[in-house]
Amino acid sequence: MMRDRPTPSIEVNDITVSYSNGVAAVRNATFELGPSTICALVGINGSGKSTLFKTIMGFLTPSAGSVRIAGLPVKAALRQGLVAYVPQSEEVDWNFPVLVEDVVMMGRYGHMNVLRIPAKADRAAVDQALDRVGMSEYRTRQIGELSGGQKKRVFLARALAQGSEIVLLDEPFTGVDVKTESAIIDLLRAMRDEGRLMFVSTHNLGSVPDFCDQVVLFNRTVLAYGPTATTFTEANLAQAFGGLLRHVRLSGPDLHDDADQRRVTVLTDDERPLVLYGERDQEKHVNPDRSETP
Amino acid sequence: MTWSAPAWLWSWFIDPLAHGFMQRGLVVAVLVGAVCALLSCYLVLKGWALMGDAVSHAVLPGIVIAHVIQIPLAIGAFAAGLGCAIATGYIKSNSRIKEDAVMGIVFSGLFALGLVLFVKVETDQHLNHILFGNMLGVQWPDVLEAALIAVPAIVIVIAKRRDLLLYCFDPTHARAIGLPVGTLHFGLLTLLALTIVASLKAVGIILVIAMLIAPGAIGYLLTKRFDAMLAIAAAAAIGSSVVGTILSFHIDGATGPTIVVVQSALFVLAVMIKRGGRSANA
Repeated sequence: MMRDRPTPSIEVNDITVSYSNGVAAVRNATFELGPSTICALVGINGSGKSTLFKTIMGFLTPSAGSVRIAGLPVKAALRQGLVAYVPQSEEVDWNFPVLVEDVVMMGRYGHMNVLRIPAKADRAAVDQALDRVGMSEYRTRQIGELSGGQKKRVFLARALAQGSEIVLLDEPFTGVDVKTESAIIDLLRAMRDEGRLMFVSTHNLGSVPDFCDQVVLFNRTVLAYGPTATTFTEANLAQAFGGLLRHVRLSGPDLHDDADQRRVTVLTDDERPLVLYGERDQEKHVNPDRSETP
Repeated sequence: MTWSAPAWLWSWFIDPLAHGFMQRGLVVAVLVGAVCALLSCYLVLKGWALMGDAVSHAVLPGIVIAHVIQIPLAIGAFAAGLGCAIATGYIKSNSRIKEDAVMGIVFSGLFALGLVLFVKVETDQHLNHILFGNMLGVQWPDVLEAALIAVPAIVIVIAKRRDLLLYCFDPTHARAIGLPVGTLHFGLLTLLALTIVASLKAVGIILVIAMLIAPGAIGYLLTKRFDAMLAIAAAAAIGSSVVGTILSFHIDGATGPTIVVVQSALFVLAVMIKRGGRSANA
């Protein structure tokens, strides 16, 4: 479906965001993301990730610097429905009397008249979105009756139905099994290939090299950002999180009975670990869940 | 003389309505019941049951001050109710105290202020009537006043029910798609304050709290669809208003409390139906 919409981008320009008590949650953060991107926002709990998300969505106003979305000020971009948000599971009250199809239809509200009476196009968009995430047969279930992965897919369907070019996802893999995780990753990749910009907040380090082409390492400010291969390195992660990650290294002599100097490094924040393998400073990401051992 | 059951029921319902005070009471009970029921769905879902409690208590000083400065009581009541809700929000976001504690302080403080003022100021109002209503004492102008507030409030809630639901369910998404979240928030509080003002003469500021919770809780228990929840809540409240008003005539009881007792009985019934259904499934 061709859309006559602006090219997705997020420009964060030297922003500082402070709480009402004067403490700065984010200081002098700068980065820029373009279309056809899946970018991970990586940081420990309390690093200001959610403050950054709230600022990008206009809930908080930076005390210095600016955020522009698709070249527009945040408020104008939101009014055009350019940004979709997939909430953390903990933020949602799953006992609400709403059905799966009701939640997905909420993605269409920005397209409807003031009474929110769905038109044919709205129903079609909901059908299509449900179909795409494989949740069509659950459409009349109350949302609390779903599994963790199904719940995530419903909210992804809402983002699809909204038709946004920019999607913010908050911890999408919490409470999701490995099979569903890879289904969600496949969907995110397909959305990227359609030109969308996906910005994913996560502390699940292991899955980052799996599906993110860009990374923003964040702790109160941007510590590093760029392509995953060159940015998501042990050195940068050590700088970002210091002693806050579990760090296990098996060096060459422990692994092999030969002169092979390649070593294994495991970094984890109690989620899926990040595993690096190779000679010093030439280590590559490996994916422990998919058993692609070199 | 043998009466068939329907004829007996019919005259049980219709005979009391020969009295003008019963007609007025019934109209006002149905109006108040309906508007409270619709709002109660949102209060129950948003976890704002205590907010209804707070706003209604806070109305008292507004009534007394309005009497002193000679403006319509409804305006004073509305201003005080909304002021309480806004003060609660302000204190909550500017202190470390949790919302329920803030509400507890603000509304009991305002209620106490209202009582102090009420005793100090000579009024023609009966405290009992403000607290518990005087459903069978309402005059047609009172009915008209209640209707002028309740009918537009009902229309607004029904027309904007989806936006209000989205605001309660997922305010982040509501904001992300450009809905005026602040307007929805204060709109809901304004509707709440208006509803309490409309209910004042009929059920009073204490009993309105029950009417702002029970119907929504009944609907919440019995369905998983929001539109059905609104419909069940409205049906339960209107049914309770009719039955309660007529019943109070026959048992010569106070009308407002009888309606609340019928609503509470329906709530207990809904809980039992739900429990019965669950153990049958298990």
